[in-house]
Amino acid sequence: MASATFKYLRQNKLPHIWCPGCGDGIIVGALLRAIDKLGFSKDETVVITGIGCSARSNAIIDFNTFQTTHGRALGFATGLKLARPELKVIVITGDGDGAGIGGNHLIHTARRNIDITTILVNNSIYGMTGGQYSPLTPPGSFATTAPYGMVEPAFDVCKLVAGAGASFVARGTVYHVRQLEELIGQALAHKGFSFVEVVAQCPTGYGRRNKMRSPAEMMKWQRDHAVTVEAAKKLPPEKLKGKFLTGVLHREDRPEYTEMYRQVIARASQEGGEE
Amino acid sequence: MSDNGRVRLMQGNEACAEAAIAAGCRFFAGYPITPATEIAEILAVRLPQVGGTFIQMEDELASMAAVIGASIGGVKALTATSGPGFTLKQENIGYAAMVEVPCVIVDVQRGGPSTGLPTLPAQGDVMQARWGTHGDHPIIVLAPSTVRETYDLTITAFNFAEKFRTPVILLSDAVVGHLREKIVLPDPSEIKLEERKAPTVPPADYIPYRADEDGVPPFVPVGRGYRYHMTSNMHDESGFPATNNHAVARSLMERLHKKIEKHLDEIILTEEIATEDAEVLIFAYGASARSAKAAVKLARAQGLKAGLLKAKTLWPFPAREVKRLAERVKAIIVPEMNTGQLVGEVERAVRRLPVDVLPLNRYDGLMIPPDDILAKIKEVI
Repeated sequence: MASATFKYLRQNKLPHIWCPGCGDGIIVGALLRAIDKLGFSKDETVVITGIGCSARSNAIIDFNTFQTTHGRALGFATGLKLARPELKVIVITGDGDGAGIGGNHLIHTARRNIDITTILVNNSIYGMTGGQYSPLTPPGSFATTAPYGMVEPAFDVCKLVAGAGASFVARGTVYHVRQLEELIGQALAHKGFSFVEVVAQCPTGYGRRNKMRSPAEMMKWQRDHAVTVEAAKKLPPEKLKGKFLTGVLHREDRPEYTEMYRQVIARASQEGGEE
Repeated sequence: MSDNGRVRLMQGNEACAEAAIAAGCRFFAGYPITPATEIAEILAVRLPQVGGTFIQMEDELASMAAVIGASIGGVKALTATSGPGFTLKQENIGYAAMVEVPCVIVDVQRGGPSTGLPTLPAQGDVMQARWGTHGDHPIIVLAPSTVRETYDLTITAFNFAEKFRTPVILLSDAVVGHLREKIVLPDPSEIKLEERKAPTVPPADYIPYRADEDGVPPFVPVGRGYRYHMTSNMHDESGFPATNNHAVARSLMERLHKKIEKHLDEIILTEEIATEDAEVLIFAYGASARSAKAAVKLARAQGLKAGLLKAKTLWPFPAREVKRLAERVKAIIVPEMNTGQLVGEVERAVRRLPVDVLPLNRYDGLMIPPDDILAKIKEVI
């Protein structure tokens, strides 16, 4: 296992900055194994992040890596992908970065169906700033800014992105790491906007305020509450109460944006090209 | 046609769009806003004709982000907006300054604050252009006062952006942007273009933020075998965060500013009219420079020795040029379509010199009439 991922790590940038028990490292591991299987070269692969714990993932991986502004990674990625469609563009974001401050960019990038893979690490909290509630914090749970319990409902971010037009939507967990690797691999291979939500643990910012002090407890919660799409089909509705679905939730074939725009260039050059 | 179609009746915003194409710009991301929208509309037609890309993003923030993303990919990139949108772009403009990505931002100014006077001109964004994004950062701001200048300065903006790896702001206004004038386009062979400097070393020896003598580090677009990391956190020469290293922070801040300050002779662009024997100097820029030019003509016709220093570069501020002329005149009149923004810089440039600095301001969506400037000249002489 080590050999597959170590070649993609910037050894001199280790150790990473994440807390003990964080899910981010496991997610990066799954991403690296998926990339390795697909055989993407380091030079053609770009990983763009915004701000937050998940954003720190790209400093340690040996691709073309850009840490950008809070919530705006998809804007940067869209510009880069349009300028250089041959590149493999991956965005790693979090629940705050991606669904909060960057929510508008998330839905519009999904709508365009541009060939970018987005991995959204959902740890239910703003971890880097110390545990404030996000748009994906479950109602009733506690955060430093929800000291009496979260009163806002949370997005189902997969439904949101599918509704906005993403042509590949999947959900995995840190616990189910083999499944996660498989889902990320499918997302990377998909032509169009692909989205993977990863249910992750933040023992420091979320767990200790919500009666789940240990990372293992949090991962067991993932194990006990995740139901695959296939398994869910065979279960009666009462058995699915309080559970969440994992696996490929949505997939369709739709024209990809940079290819559509190449047709625009072809039409424009025929009709009015001067040069 | 003997002129090869180079004599045109053109709007300022159109000149900006056409100049961008001539400068080699092949990417535009923007968001509709009056009075800048024509730039987007024209480039939506023109860019794909030359193999470039136009995209209307979901908002101003994303359009600034996309422009930086495209430039990281190696494509010259532009966005255009007006005051409210310019405000929204500021965070990412700071990002471009910090990670040193070339890009050009056009702000066609309208009356503010806030949504203000959406269709009427103003010069209220001069300080926003300088200080709009947080933290000390270098920036280059150019201000055209005619359609031809819009064309030329758009090309200059791209050249400065490429040469100094910095965002450059073209600060137009609703007068210059919407004005139609006859212009003679330069022959393409006369247009000198700068391209960002490439590294001369192989990937293994490439240190992304190690600057040359000129203070500018060589740049490689993504995916050309030179893998690197960019972060807007304070970073060392390797490009990785160094957020607890005061020496690194100091050295990066100094280099970012020095790469501009070292090249003031090249960056500061001004024009002088009738300054040789002037007793009164008008310092003006953008739309107000048009009024000032007319006022100087009126004054001279009446035997009054007035002259004009027109700034095309607003930031870095042409302090040396102001000071040099200030030593010879009694007073400097500074007409601005705002409550007085660059007048403070003029005062700073002439401190300890025996010269009066007189602001002349208008902020109601109208231009300053030449007669108002003439009246001010008469007060002084």
